[in-house]
Amino acid sequence: MIPFDVAYYRPSTIEEAVQLFSSLEAKGKRPLYYGGGTEFITLARLGRAFADAVIDLKSLPECRILSVTAHELTFGAAVSLTAIEEANSFPLLTKAAREVADRTARNQITLGGNICGRIFYHEAVLPFLLADSRVVIAGKEGINERSIHEVFQQYMHLSPSQFLVQVKVDAAYSNLPHAHTKRRQQGNTGYPLVTVAALKKDGKLRVAFSGVCPFPFRSLEIEERLNRTLPLGARIASVIEALPSPVLDDIEGSAKYRLFVLKHALLDVITALEGES
Amino acid sequence: MMKCEIILHINGERRSAVIRQADTLLMVIRYLGLTGAKPGCLNGDCGACTVLVNDTPIKSCMMLAIETVGQEITTIEGLRDTAIQRAFVEQFAFQCGYCTPGFVMNAYALTTQKPDADEETIRKWLESNICRCTSYHEIEQAVRSVLAQKKR
Ligand SMILES: Cc1cc2nc3c(=O)[nH]c(=O)nc-3n(C[C@H](O)[C@H](O)[C@@H](O)COP(=O)(O)OP(=O)(O)OC[C@H]3O[C@@H](n4cnc5c(N)ncnc54)[C@H](O)[C@@H]3O)c2cc1C
Ligand code: FES
Ligand code: FES
Repeated sequence: MIPFDVAYYRPSTIEEAVQLFSSLEAKGKRPLYYGGGTEFITLARLGRAFADAVIDLKSLPECRILSVTAHELTFGAAVSLTAIEEANSFPLLTKAAREVADRTARNQITLGGNICGRIFYHEAVLPFLLADSRVVIAGKEGINERSIHEVFQQYMHLSPSQFLVQVKVDAAYSNLPHAHTKRRQQGNTGYPLVTVAALKKDGKLRVAFSGVCPFPFRSLEIEERLNRTLPLGARIASVIEALPSPVLDDIEGSAKYRLFVLKHALLDVITALEGES
Repeated sequence: MMKCEIILHINGERRSAVIRQADTLLMVIRYLGLTGAKPGCLNGDCGACTVLVNDTPIKSCMMLAIETVGQEITTIEGLRDTAIQRAFVEQFAFQCGYCTPGFVMNAYALTTQKPDADEETIRKWLESNICRCTSYHEIEQAVRSVLAQKKR
């Protein structure tokens, strides 16, 4: 049971959603945008999240889009991970999305909730980081499109009144050679010990990680090391030296164990892609 | 406390309930006497609370009841003598039975919506539910037997 009252709103336009946020704030309320509700409800029950109003984004047409044109793929923030998996328009994203939580939970978890939520794995963001995607953001300042690299640095840097509307990817990325692996402590559902997603573009490997550090990341320095002409073992050792923060050390896995798993995950992903042209 | 009256469409009937807007769907359907959906972890992990919303399996502990106004909700009480229910009995796919309504709802959606489901699809769907009595093998057999009947 959520131990406090929450007012539920379901606007039907972006403008209405932003306006609602401002007017609730002006009345001294603490509103929160709401996607699938899975994270909010589970954290609120534990007293780890609070809002006295939620603004459901699932009726906003722009947030429900899942479209493919010759040039561009568009993913609405309120689309469920299951819908993304079934559409399969960006195969690397399909692979990343279908390993989050479990199938029934993915019927509810939205893309925006996975990328913008507080649970820090954000596994669905990895393919978008690799594909130099663009994010459409709505807020008091209007609607803006920006590079994902400007906005997602360890987590989505949004002001409370802003929300993610869409993520856009150049269609060319959907056909590139790619690899994805998720290693868990046990079982086939749940959080990663290590997730590695990789794309090969213009003969160069791009890699992004979740579970290794307390935030997902793509690092150009790591990619430069990975693409050197050195034996594979030496490249992987060099990548480990360039991790952007100490390796996660928690109940899911010690830092030492995660490093061990990371080396194997990298080995598999690189081996799968090195032969590709 | 902020209370409001809502009308839910459950198992083909209109049901009225006075709720807090923060109430989960699981709490509200159980309050309405539909106690087939079970509270387990209340955390999205076990699937004991699974119901269908517009035919899609949903963990009702992670959805607000108010979100489902205007949508079709199906609980285990809404399934009568379906192939998957018979298969659960024939294959002895339960022991204590606590997880059974959640598994049946998920398996019902799987077998009706994905009649050509391959092993990978069956595995992916069934991973959403946990059985503490470990009847997994029998549950999978029940699902496979219904899919096999459909293919005949
Ligand atoms: C059972 C379970 C297992 C999980 N397993 C994994 C896993 O394996 N890997 C992984 O990466 N994650 C995992 N997660 C985390 C999960 O992907 C997110 O927390 C997801 O649950 C949130 O999606 P939602 O749509 O339900 O978000 P909500 O609960 O609706 O929202 C979560 C937060 O995100 C914000 N938000 C939602 N949509 C937007 C938007 N469009 N713009 C801005 N802010 C927004 C909300 O304000 C809120 O703060 C798991 C979560 C659960 C419940
Ligand atoms: S009670 Fe809902 S998933 Fe466990
Ligand atoms: S039959 Fe007891 S939990 Fe599944």
